[in-house]
Amino acid sequence: MKKSINKILVIGSGPIIIGQGAEFDYAGTQACLSLKEEGYKVILVNSNPATIMTDNKIADKVYIEPLTYDFLADIIVREQPEAILPTLGGQTALNLALELHKSGLLDELNIELLGTKLSAIIKAEDRQLFKQLMDELNEPVPPSIIVQNTEDALTFAQNIGYPVIVRPAFTLGGTGGGICHNSKELKTITAGGLKLSPLNQCLIEKSIAGFKEIEYEVMRDINDNAIVVCNMENFDPVGIHTGDSIVFAPSQTLSDKEYQLLRDVSLKIIKALKIVGGCNIQLALNPNSFEYYIIEVNPRVSRSSALASKATGYPIAKIAAKLAVGRTLDKIKNPVTNVTLSCFEPALDYVVCKIPRWAFDKFQNGNRQLGSQMKATGEVMSIGRTVEESILKAVRSLEIDIQHPFLEEIKNSTINQIKQNLISVKDNRLFYILQALRQGITCQQISDITQIDLFFLDKLWHIVEIENELSNNKISVNLLKYAKRYGFSDNEIAKRWHISENDIRQIRHQNKILPTYKIVDTCAAEFEASSPYYYSTFESENESKPLGEKSILILGSGPIRIGQGVEFDYATVHSIIAVKKLGFKAIIVNSNPETVSTDFSISDKLYFEPLTYEDVLNIIELEKPLGVVIQFGGQTAINLAAKISEADIKIIGTNLNDLARAENRNLFAKAVKKMKIPQPPGATATTINEALQIANKINYPVLVRPSYVLGGRAMEIVRSDDNLQNYMKIAVGVSPNQPILIDKYIPGIECEVDAICDGKTVLIPGIMEHIEKTGIHSGDSMAVYPSQTLSSKQKQVICQYTSKLALGLNCLGLMNIQFIVQDDKVYVIEVNPRASRTVPFLSKITGIEIAEIATQVILGTSLIQLGFKKLLIDEPNKVYIKAPIFSFSKLQQIDTRLGPEMKSTGEVMGSDTTLDKALYKTFIATGLKIKNHGIIIFTVDNIDKTKALKLALRFRKLGYYIIATSGTSKYFSQNNFKVDIVNKIGKTDNIIDIIKTRPVQAVINTSHNSNADKTSTTKPKLNKKIHQTQLDGQNIRQTAIEYSIPLFTSLDTASAILRVLESRSFSIESLPENKTTYKNPKI
Amino acid sequence: MIYKKQTYKKLILEDGTIFLGLSFGAEKDVVGEIVFTTAMTGYQESITDQSFNGQILTFTYPLIGNYGINTDDYETLIPTAKAVVVREFCRRPNNWRSSMSIHKFLSDKNIPGISNIDTRKLTKIIRQQGTMKASIVDNSVNNQEIIKQLQNLKLPANQVKKVSTTRAYPVPNTGYNIAVIDFGLKHSILKELSLRNCQIVVLPYNTPAKDILQLQPDGIMLTNGPGDPKSLPETIKTIQQIQTKIPLFGICLGHQLFCLANGANTYQMKFGHRGLNHAVQNHQTRKIGFTSQNHGFAVDPKSINPKKLTITHTDINDKTIEGVSSVKYPAFSVQFHPDSSPGPHDTSYLFDQFIDMITKYQTTKHYKGIKQCQKAKLR
Repeated sequence: MKKSINKILVIGSGPIIIGQGAEFDYAGTQACLSLKEEGYKVILVNSNPATIMTDNKIADKVYIEPLTYDFLADIIVREQPEAILPTLGGQTALNLALELHKSGLLDELNIELLGTKLSAIIKAEDRQLFKQLMDELNEPVPPSIIVQNTEDALTFAQNIGYPVIVRPAFTLGGTGGGICHNSKELKTITAGGLKLSPLNQCLIEKSIAGFKEIEYEVMRDINDNAIVVCNMENFDPVGIHTGDSIVFAPSQTLSDKEYQLLRDVSLKIIKALKIVGGCNIQLALNPNSFEYYIIEVNPRVSRSSALASKATGYPIAKIAAKLAVGRTLDKIKNPVTNVTLSCFEPALDYVVCKIPRWAFDKFQNGNRQLGSQMKATGEVMSIGRTVEESILKAVRSLEIDIQHPFLEEIKNSTINQIKQNLISVKDNRLFYILQALRQGITCQQISDITQIDLFFLDKLWHIVEIENELSNNKISVNLLKYAKRYGFSDNEIAKRWHISENDIRQIRHQNKILPTYKIVDTCAAEFEASSPYYYSTFESENESKPLGEKSILILGSGPIRIGQGVEFDYATVHSIIAVKKLGFKAIIVNSNPETVSTDFSISDKLYFEPLTYEDVLNIIELEKPLGVVIQFGGQTAINLAAKISEADIKIIGTNLNDLARAENRNLFAKAVKKMKIPQPPGATATTINEALQIANKINYPVLVRPSYVLGGRAMEIVRSDDNLQNYMKIAVGVSPNQPILIDKYIPGIECEVDAICDGKTVLIPGIMEHIEKTGIHSGDSMAVYPSQTLSSKQKQVICQYTSKLALGLNCLGLMNIQFIVQDDKVYVIEVNPRASRTVPFLSKITGIEIAEIATQVILGTSLIQLGFKKLLIDEPNKVYIKAPIFSFSKLQQIDTRLGPEMKSTGEVMGSDTTLDKALYKTFIATGLKIKNHGIIIFTVDNIDKTKALKLALRFRKLGYYIIATSGTSKYFSQNNFKVDIVNKIGKTDNIIDIIKTRPVQAVINTSHNSNADKTSTTKPKLNKKIHQTQLDGQNIRQTAIEYSIPLFTSLDTASAILRVLESRSFSIESLPENKTTYKNPKI
Repeated sequence: MIYKKQTYKKLILEDGTIFLGLSFGAEKDVVGEIVFTTAMTGYQESITDQSFNGQILTFTYPLIGNYGINTDDYETLIPTAKAVVVREFCRRPNNWRSSMSIHKFLSDKNIPGISNIDTRKLTKIIRQQGTMKASIVDNSVNNQEIIKQLQNLKLPANQVKKVSTTRAYPVPNTGYNIAVIDFGLKHSILKELSLRNCQIVVLPYNTPAKDILQLQPDGIMLTNGPGDPKSLPETIKTIQQIQTKIPLFGICLGHQLFCLANGANTYQMKFGHRGLNHAVQNHQTRKIGFTSQNHGFAVDPKSINPKKLTITHTDINDKTIEGVSSVKYPAFSVQFHPDSSPGPHDTSYLFDQFIDMITKYQTTKHYKGIKQCQKAKLR
């Protein structure tokens, strides 16, 4: 019984985690707009506020609610959509669709699932069914078995031989999987995988590591027309998750016979599955024969399809949405050419390179080994006309402080060290390969070790050859031209010629060695294209015609990494929208293929280029825009400000000197002092003695951090001379003569505000309060809006200071300020003269498009003109909470303890009429599940014990069983609360065993003064006992993560969850003793 | 470094555009018609496709030669493309089947190549101004002289004669006897027929009709080939004589000749179709397949006489005719390459259709005799 469709519900992908990133914002946004274009009413559900897709303009109705069955069902019942589109919200949306289907709700309400049928999705996702289908199609899959226990896995491996791969069923990005070379490894990984799999299933499969890994992005419509949008070849052979692999598009080493062989297979599969929409097919090809295997089929748009869309210009998600509602490929225009149809297989005339971006700068001690579990948080893409050019451009897009694939820290490696790093694959393998070539290891030797195709290795060798040519020759125009054609940066050439980058630029200008920009057009110039999508190369024809005087250049934020997430793309996109609305032409530069900002239909012109001084300046010189907007692209863009403005280009927004006053600590302290705004006392030290003096003057605890790192890296709270000495030894050891900042640590309520200033007046869209006290990075804190504890007087002071700071620092546009409120005193701790992480959160709640307002302001409209007369926007009656989401289960050996360094990868929002309800929804949205009974383990630092006791008592009152480690339990019992003692690690039946085997509902673990997350090589000998405690702590936390048990490393967060649990439970008390007494009545 | 070993060469176009590049392959100066292909794979098959006879072949994909040259993928052993234009050729190919680099291959086959060309710019010129004459010459040569020469040059029109076999030869097998008329055939056509067990005899392009009929083949294949179909008026007559008697299948040039033989007209396209991503719709099944194409001429839709020909396939983008079938006779032809190589295999079913057509024709023949059979409406 089919009814006509009018209203479609789209399920988003939720918070950004490793394996499910910003690409789904891009896909979801495209899909919603595409469905609206087709005339449907679109209802969107997503828990992630930091996305473009959750904007009111993208869908007709947006629900930012937890992505769980209950909430979704509620929305469905309320909205009564005729159809649901689940194939654009990643694995999250697919899993929810499965749940909805199984519950019978869809049948009951006669709701159709659009796009690929569920049966097909199940066929592709369930390993057993998939294998069956492949058998039916006579297509090979590596020999494998589904197991539900480790014994079966071991027997199977014994039969087919090691190595084998473990893949848990239905987990994100293959979470919990891995390659096993022996029975011991197989046992551990299988056990973990079974636990993580919602079906308690693992696939054990013969390893085909070393095969070429090839992906095909295919699409199919209801008429069975199918196309290949793009194929891609992994630089890293099979064995490393494609999300962690360097990838080229199109394939580079396949002959036509091989290309067509795999194309046929891909089309056969998509047709057999009857996919309607997009599908990703991963294949393994034997490098020495035509033997191939099908590795995996993703029956939905994916990270790879986002990459393929950007690599070819073909908007897969947009077309997939149209196919889902029954349109066909031969009836939809190709939006790139506008003359051809979407039933088209793009022809590329360039080489695309994608390199993943990992967060190991944040997790220095994390296990960097790459395998079948994806670890990257984001990626960069580059386009060039040679492999060398696209690799080099991609490397300098990575934002890892290098302009060329040369790592200072590995340049003195021995041959053996290098070989070791080629064998064990880590995130830095590309750099080791180049280092190997520099040190005389041959391509053949490297290929023997890594199985990487000699074709690619020769390209890397060519890069080394050019390096040597440059080093061995004096300045030569011909050589310069040659190096530029192969993608070398001015910076690298300058280094080798011992002149400045600007000298090279000058030589280039004198000799007309200028970049030429080429169009990405899907058709290799066969048809005229209308897409304003460009990349640079050094050839003869430049196709990019400047947009003229009224253009404005907006810098994007580069790859998604911890500390700079999709929020910045949100702000960038809104700035683009505002610039266009004001009648200017918006030009965007960015290097991230996952995002909305690099969708060429968003801006007037897209330059897919690295965000470096050279690459950006090249564009500025060609376009000659009115100015450059840098305040929406996060720290990436801000960091470019100084050099760009040297080049005589106007920065639109806060000017350079004022940026420095906010960013430079000394200048900032001076400015703040002048404004009479309190700041925690502090000073800088370069020696241990200096540090000790300062700390004793301002009194412990103190907050210490090196002055040269950003975003809270290596920041710690230190409480004693001993600890400070240790910290200084490491910090000074790492980089002598670098000042260390030492500030008084004030344990107060942390708040932050976003503010817009037009130079005369200030607008504060909102004051947010953090649930966690100071000491935890604002990005890892739960933020509540409006503040629930600040008095109106405190708010007033915050507003006053904000206004003073904005005007005093001459801010123009957006800024973000962090305050600490202790008692009645408000301290300013940080000012960021740019868009912040909270811009989308506040924009969605208040309905004020903060980034758009700020863009209008920096382009000359006053806040008064825009109708903003009040300083602080009226606060709503509802409560809104933003909570961080971590990807700890994807990474091993990292410290999950929260601190001043940010560790979260994404965020969710929960909102309701009361704080308790909002907290409840927020925790649900984060995926937290706590039963109303069970064990709570406490193991806390001495200084937290008083507070922990109160929490423990509250848990107890709710009926939980409390156990604690010896120190903690001792304190509890001293205070008349007897709890079970759990043994420390090392003894039998210890805390780890309990976490693994007993119904533990939460682990509450705090520890301070830890250096555990620092590199061990530079670690001085710590007090052995303290060191052991730290290691134990890390071990406990890691085990909790592995066993998916809620872990709280901040008592404030634990207190918040308690509030939820308390509000959820009814007060159960026995009746009071009967106090009524009877006396014999007098009659 | 390899760039030092290369010498400078110039690519000069008829319209006066000059590209400076570096030589690879054979070291010699050439003149020819310049065309481009958007194929990203299959350079070996393309270069050895005789349809490129006399043409300077530009690859829009910038990296050519990545997987080397192997012994399996030749479309002819004596390629006659004039020259190859690339952005970059691969100095160190790698593939398990590779036996030499493209540089060595072109040197061996005496075909010059020019690299370091802004092939996108070149492609846009060809797209905008149409296919034109071009020359690859030494860097020292006077540009104006070359341009003048180019403008006055008349390219030879006897390409088919140059590439067709001069003597008939058999490809023995056990199935239907197929006479393949060679206008510059691609080996892949023979491979597809062999796959279907056909016993093949390859005939020179100018084999008279009576000689063909004397062989009593079960079917006739008109192959692809270079140049203007109108330059073969004798062949057109031959087709008119044989199509009434034997099932026939034409590909590319063979298709154009078949259409001319049935009263249609052909025209030269601005820059042709050369690539592997041409979407073609089969009118009968409504199915769209991707096809390999390499042609500079096409059949004019207005010239189709519906009493003689039915249009069976159309390019979904520019609506050019991609396939026809005869109204009266067991014969059909397609503009694209169902034999792919390089390119998608989406339309290889046409070879099965050819075999089916022969089978069906013969069944009818047994029942009603040859004459009636000719009148039978097939398909």
